[in-house]
Amino acid sequence: MADQPTATERFLQGILPENPVYRQLLGLCPTLAVTNGMQPAITMACSVAFVLICANVVISLLRNLLKPHLRIVIFTLTIATFVTIADRVLAAYLYQMSKTLGPYIPLIIVNCLIICRCEVCASKQSPFIAASDALGQSLGFGLALVSIAAVRELLGTGGLFGYQLLPAAWPDWVIMVLPPGAFITLGLLLGLVNWYSARKSGGSI
Amino acid sequence: MNYLIDIVLIALSAAVINNFVLYYFVGICPFIGVSRRVDMAVGMGCAVTFVISIAAFLSWTITTMVLIPGAPISSFIAGFFVSKEAAATVDLTVLSYIVYIFSISSSVQFVEMYVRKFFPALYKSFGVFLPLITTNCAILFACLTIMSNVAGVENPADAWDLGRSLTLALFGGIGFTLAIVIMSGIREDLDLCDVPEPFKGAAITLVVGGILALAFMGFTGVDSGLRKAMTPAEEVAMEMSVEPIQTAMIEPNLQQQIRGIND
Repeated sequence: MADQPTATERFLQGILPENPVYRQLLGLCPTLAVTNGMQPAITMACSVAFVLICANVVISLLRNLLKPHLRIVIFTLTIATFVTIADRVLAAYLYQMSKTLGPYIPLIIVNCLIICRCEVCASKQSPFIAASDALGQSLGFGLALVSIAAVRELLGTGGLFGYQLLPAAWPDWVIMVLPPGAFITLGLLLGLVNWYSARKSGGSI
Repeated sequence: MNYLIDIVLIALSAAVINNFVLYYFVGICPFIGVSRRVDMAVGMGCAVTFVISIAAFLSWTITTMVLIPGAPISSFIAGFFVSKEAAATVDLTVLSYIVYIFSISSSVQFVEMYVRKFFPALYKSFGVFLPLITTNCAILFACLTIMSNVAGVENPADAWDLGRSLTLALFGGIGFTLAIVIMSGIREDLDLCDVPEPFKGAAITLVVGGILALAFMGFTGVDSGLRKAMTPAEEVAMEMSVEPIQTAMIEPNLQQQIRGIND
């Protein structure tokens, strides 16, 4: 396994160079759906982090027993188990938030980000490396979610976490917290990230 | 008559008003990934509609027969171990996510095998998309919506029957097809446009998707207007409702929606 990346490399790659949302375009469903405010975005990022870390470690422990044609089923069943745990915990301790997030917590099961990490990293490397990979990826995912939510909530309601930040004269761009705003914000931020990384690597733009 | 209105409203709501892709953001991955050419988009849409209907049938059956408290099969099996009263309260809804994902992936697997064996031509046209569909959020989303309308209701009489569930799934699939075909048509023209370099590919697709979502927001309030128009004495209400649907109905609904999000 000499050519496989080490734990530190995996961790650092997840945050920016291989950011799940901006670079790999994975897990867009929750990215668009729950970023109309900071609180749902952070809750979603934490739930995804929990599921991703647990699933990655379990899959990594099972990696020598996996059969090629059954591995996707095993991945989804493992993920579904941890999502059920996360869903029950949220419903018990943060009932209002779990109502707000609604079907998007169970939809973590089919989030391509987690299946992709299980496939790329956890089914090939040891639990420690898989855990650090999961940590890096979920940090990157959380970063992307928070950046989109910040733009949308600030422009849509004039504040963050419910506190007014912009002057009261700010006309709330309500469209930003509605579905179309999600698409437009992510599209523009994606373009910005592409432009920035192309300029940094000396592209001709 | 009431039942018919319900079916019409569920269908309309799933297909255009609360479109799966443009309102609930489920199925975004194929929306971005497979919307390059119109024929591929049509194939993907048909495959999703097909699988979503099967998955809805399975999940409705499993939820009503096994998962909810007092379901026939679970209380029958539990009846061997505990008293009759205790058996009727067995609640297995906590297992629903695992059961759904398992039934979706196995039904996709079976459909793929069946289509490959008996309809080779059909398999060539959309068979390649079938494995991708297991991880399509739209399918699981339809199952979850059906579950919340079967198990989550307070009054058992309000629970959805099989007809309503299948309508939701079928028209949800049609709405998905509609969105992805429109998008692929736009993208074929977009290839000829002068898009700035960093925005090429996914970024411009998302922005265009946002404008498309904006257009679909124009349907907001059509469902409540229709319900109002169809429930009371029909002829009178029909004449009255034309005006309110277009102006007054949209405003309160939109405000309510905005307030809901802010809360």
